[in-house]
Amino acid sequence: MEKLISASLIGLSQGAIFALMALALVLVFRSTRVVNFAQAGQAMVSTYIGWEVVTRTENYWIALPAAALAGALLAAIIETFLMRPLAKRASHGAIAPVASIIASLGVLGVLHSGAAMIWTSEQKLFLSPVSVNGIEIGSTVYPFSQADILIISTVIIVMSTFAFFFQRTSLGLSLRAAAFQPEISRLAGVKVDRVRTIGWALSGAAGAIVGVLVTPGNYLSPFSLDILLVYGFVAAVIGGLESPQGAALGGLILGMSLSFTSIYVSSGLTFIVPFVVLLLILIVKPKGIFGGGSSRNA
Amino acid sequence: MSLIVRNLSVDHGAIRAINNLSFIVEKRRLTAVIGANGAGKSTLLRTLSGLIPASEGKASWGEHNLLKGKAEQHVRNGVSHVSEGKSVIPELTVEENLDLGALWRRNKKEADVTKKYVLELFPRLGERLKQRGDTLSGGERQMLAIARALMSKPQLLLLDEPSLGLAPLVIEQIFQTIRDIANSSDLTVLLVEQNAMGALKIADIGVVLNLGNIVAIGPSADLIADPAIRAAYLGY
Amino acid sequence: MEGVLEMHSTHRRRLILFIVVGAVLFYFSSRVGILRLYQGSTVSMYVIAIGSIILLTGYSGQISLGNGAFMAIGAYVAVLSQLYLDLPFVLTFFVAVIGAALAGLILGIAAARLTGPYLAGATLALAVALPSLANLFPVLGGEQGLGYDSGNAPTLFGEVARFKWLFWISSFTALITCLILQNILKSRYGRIWKSIRSNSVAAELTGIHASKSKVLAFMLSAGIAGLAGAVLTMSLGTVSPSAFPLSLSFALITGAVIAGISSLLPGSLVGAVVLVGMSQLVGTLTTRFEIGDVLAQNLKELIVSALLILAVVFTPNGPGEKIREMRDHRKHHSHGGHR
Repeated sequence: MEKLISASLIGLSQGAIFALMALALVLVFRSTRVVNFAQAGQAMVSTYIGWEVVTRTENYWIALPAAALAGALLAAIIETFLMRPLAKRASHGAIAPVASIIASLGVLGVLHSGAAMIWTSEQKLFLSPVSVNGIEIGSTVYPFSQADILIISTVIIVMSTFAFFFQRTSLGLSLRAAAFQPEISRLAGVKVDRVRTIGWALSGAAGAIVGVLVTPGNYLSPFSLDILLVYGFVAAVIGGLESPQGAALGGLILGMSLSFTSIYVSSGLTFIVPFVVLLLILIVKPKGIFGGGSSRNA
Repeated sequence: MSLIVRNLSVDHGAIRAINNLSFIVEKRRLTAVIGANGAGKSTLLRTLSGLIPASEGKASWGEHNLLKGKAEQHVRNGVSHVSEGKSVIPELTVEENLDLGALWRRNKKEADVTKKYVLELFPRLGERLKQRGDTLSGGERQMLAIARALMSKPQLLLLDEPSLGLAPLVIEQIFQTIRDIANSSDLTVLLVEQNAMGALKIADIGVVLNLGNIVAIGPSADLIADPAIRAAYLGY
Repeated sequence: MEGVLEMHSTHRRRLILFIVVGAVLFYFSSRVGILRLYQGSTVSMYVIAIGSIILLTGYSGQISLGNGAFMAIGAYVAVLSQLYLDLPFVLTFFVAVIGAALAGLILGIAAARLTGPYLAGATLALAVALPSLANLFPVLGGEQGLGYDSGNAPTLFGEVARFKWLFWISSFTALITCLILQNILKSRYGRIWKSIRSNSVAAELTGIHASKSKVLAFMLSAGIAGLAGAVLTMSLGTVSPSAFPLSLSFALITGAVIAGISSLLPGSLVGAVVLVGMSQLVGTLTTRFEIGDVLAQNLKELIVSALLILAVVFTPNGPGEKIREMRDHRKHHSHGGHR
């Protein structure tokens, strides 16, 4: 029973993180058809900005929005100055289908090495606003801390804010329209380029929040968030890459699979579970759970 | 205010899709551009609405140069384009599709007035506001596409093959609606059609395109009466 | 008939060219130092590995972030076959190719319906998953890995220094791989992959079985990557999970893109030389300009990554295409197409 509760709680907390990372990837993918591997690097750089703030102010609650803002700015810069011109330049030939993935790998490398030059590869401690120790109920200590509660609640708040923004605001409508049908949106007067930049910025902010949420209790290094990119991407692909609900579901599925296998089977399977889960789901649904429902023209 | 196209040429790579085209569409006239597949009809509209660049020539709507600026800017200058193939966004609801056409408008009260007008024009859409675009029938989708364009309160409406893929009865209905819109509002319409007869019947002026060149232009009644055009384009 | 003769003569020309290159390499192997020989082996390994990406991405239009994983499979298969079957090293290379190709076939069938980003996701997950298997199965030797004995040169050549011997094997393997790959890419399959890449629906209509050809490409690519893994293991003399990080898969893509993703030769060679030469260049720079440690350690990755971005933005399909484009542009003086 204790095992079951522990596994579920850890799964929930991990799943929330994966879901938010997946959302960040989905936001970019559905607005610009780019699988953004640089997301891990962007989140990492934003988290370092947060770390700078938190070590100076000793206030986590200033660091969180500061990092989100930095993440949004960085993403907007990458979209405007790299991805947008790239889409026009690399639109034909063998490179066309993979150009953006490759460029994002390049950005990831630049961010990795740049961050290592600025902040060194030494691991940094990120101050947590709440306890990272397991909660004690009766005589048992659950591997679930106040920090996990913070993670889950923040992710829920962020994701519902996004959902509200997308479904209920004019800008959200433009974002969805431009993602689905850029040409028709243009004809309706939507400034598609600007809207895409906003999509990237939101994604960058979401990635930054992931970084600032998971790093307390762990260490920060230029590579510390890379594995989250893999998990987030797997979660996004499970969900179908285009749907925010899919990202949430994919994150949860992956988080639960990981925590249950590591508690009930072996913790050595951490890196194998994502591959197995992903392959199983893609064999049944090659475009993910929520994907492939509609055709589109670019 | 009128649509003036002068010596317009458009290339698709090495292929010249439109060759040295010149014509004028007077204000409040419904002009039909007809011609076979590949005549350059869609290219003409896509160029006028700013989706693709022209190679040479001029095109203007009033004081607005249509060959400059992006499509989203053209809408703000009163030019709305309903692109080929039921230009609605299937993933959005009917109401969201409508609202999309007016998102750029600052004055939300005026936009509401337009919405009311559009829904009076297409009562069927009013009954389906919360449905997704892809649940509509082909005819309803075409109506929604036109309605969305009207939400931008255009002065010049560019329509690309509204009859495409629709049943004969629905086509008749759509054409009638287009004529009604042109009659009842201060709107200039440039209609591109493969269904030459249907389009010429409702149009004031007809333009016949072939391989990027104008082969005939004149009042549509005259074109319908012309034996050569009847034989080549109207099929009898 | 004439066409057949022509085919034969291009084959022969290619063969002669490769023999000449082989002879030149053989000659130089006695004229350069250990460092150059070691770099030569690494370049050869990269040429093979980059070749696997060029076949997969440049021709069949699929992306794999997991070719590092197939390298790992090849490497472990080679080591295990030496350890337990006592195979001579030439045969370990063969079984490495077969083992990796089989793994590629299995994943290829599972992933046949996956396109673009979904395939990228599956192969990325594979690249992360596979090295961790080494810790699960004791037979794979865990973090420390297993040793591989690359043997000594046959006495026929007299006394041959170890690094020279390693260089001979790896450059010879790379040469043969290039020869075979070149023939595959110029064959009917090369054209089929290209036609699927540019339009899979149209290709299906002309009777090409798109998914079968894609699986074939995936399998071949995995097999070649496996060979590269075996070569890597041989020159390191050992195999361990840490030799196949995610960054290896990324480096291969970088190498493939720099000189044009559909250029096997000189593309893969240029890419491999850039990857290997960059370490040397950065080393020289840091000692010359007394760059601090922190900067120096990361300078290589920064330069390689920046190069990757610049390459994909400014010469997306390689410098070769760029030059052709500029020539055409001068000729026609017309603007590019739309739609």
